[in-house]
Amino acid sequence: MKQTKVIDTVGFRRTVDRLAHEVVEKNKGAEDIVVVGIRTRGDYLAHRIARKIEEIEGKAVKVGRLDITLYRDDLRGRLDQPQLKSTEILFDIAGRVLVLVDDVLFTGRTIRSALNALMDLGRPATIQLLVLVDRGHRELPIKADFVGKNVPTSQKQEIKVSMSEADGEDAVYLIEKDD
Amino acid sequence: MKLKNRHLLGLEGVSKEDIGLILDTGQSFKEVLERPIKKVPPLQGKTIVNLFFESSTRTRISFELAERRLSADVVSFATAGSSVSKGETLKDTARNIEAMKIDMVVIRHSSPGAAHFLSRVVEANVINAGDGAHEHPTQALLDMMTLKAKYGSLEGVRVCIVGDILHSRVARSNIYGLITMGAKVSVCGPATLIPRGIEKLGVQVSHSLEDVIPHVDVLNVLRIQVERQQSGFFPSLREYHRYFGVTKEKVSKAAKPITIMHPGPINRDVELSADLADSEHSVILEQVTNGVAVRMAVLYLLGAA
Repeated sequence: MKQTKVIDTVGFRRTVDRLAHEVVEKNKGAEDIVVVGIRTRGDYLAHRIARKIEEIEGKAVKVGRLDITLYRDDLRGRLDQPQLKSTEILFDIAGRVLVLVDDVLFTGRTIRSALNALMDLGRPATIQLLVLVDRGHRELPIKADFVGKNVPTSQKQEIKVSMSEADGEDAVYLIEKDD
Repeated sequence: MKLKNRHLLGLEGVSKEDIGLILDTGQSFKEVLERPIKKVPPLQGKTIVNLFFESSTRTRISFELAERRLSADVVSFATAGSSVSKGETLKDTARNIEAMKIDMVVIRHSSPGAAHFLSRVVEANVINAGDGAHEHPTQALLDMMTLKAKYGSLEGVRVCIVGDILHSRVARSNIYGLITMGAKVSVCGPATLIPRGIEKLGVQVSHSLEDVIPHVDVLNVLRIQVERQQSGFFPSLREYHRYFGVTKEKVSKAAKPITIMHPGPINRDVELSADLADSEHSVILEQVTNGVAVRMAVLYLLGAA
């Protein structure tokens, strides 16, 4: 198994900072912005983005976490059921600009599940998608509004996002799977 | 993350991991119950039949709510007015339901073993909602979920089950589940209502509530069936209340406040005094809320796979 670092620790911080600036720029400020991350790494990333937006704009930004297990389209037929965790969005999302955050955008199925889950929680004014890495191979018509880095991959490759909250370092690796 | 068995017939023999998974999943579902839209899609397209051969209000409503909140199609059936009153056997009823392509069956029956029997004759997942004096696993799971939320873990929590242990499926399921999870379990009641040899399940037996109270964290007070008095298990409700009724005065002897549980429906001022049932140390309504969440967890873990 061969792995290549595509984003290192410094690059990671710069990417997060740039993404936060892009969100503020596109929305002309942080008014009405709420950030929701998809568990687990999207959630860590959402907190970092929100903190950076607070730093830029000088006002508090609400953050929530979303568990999409119940909305997955591959729930049935899986041998191993994913552990269900709680969705924790302790504010009203209706009428807000909701920035949905995930670490890697791949087939788009996770985002589809997340959109359905969010619709059951309320009606945001808009939902914008922010991802750290877009690796291509979409199976659904979904496109991110903010992308940290486009990493063209083959189906045989994998993207691994490490974050200090869970993995001890901030980095993104491209992994060659052995077949 | 998956349960070992495809049915939930009782808690006897269910592993610590499986009980832990159900309780954690139940805790996650509690959040769904607090949303404005309390419906999630994992059982979409699944059909569940609730077979209640014995009357029940809260268990049936609780199961129905849990099923509907997971987006299942639900058919409920009570004995009165059904083909059972026309003399159909349980096996024939089951076979006919099977022919209608049902995915899951929830059954309550007065005969111990009814759920086990059903699980052998139908393909669907079977959930026991109470079979005679045998087991009532989802009640014990909701009791454990309530205690886990309060104490953080069930390990070492001292629980005493008070009342008619002999006829109680709630007691039996609680004993199996709590002991598996590492709690210290005792039972307390009149000698006529405690089955002989129950110590073999790993519980302490006492016939005096006053002796028990200083040594427990939780009293799970069972409903006393008034008709048991006619069968001579205890002389009168007044006497039962005097010796085994849980009152504010009796629990005041404890060093720390005791958590009060009751599976309902309560006979106020018989097995439990009204002021205690409504006190801050009572978690009775919390149990009811957790009942829906833990049933959602069981249905999801068995049905969504």
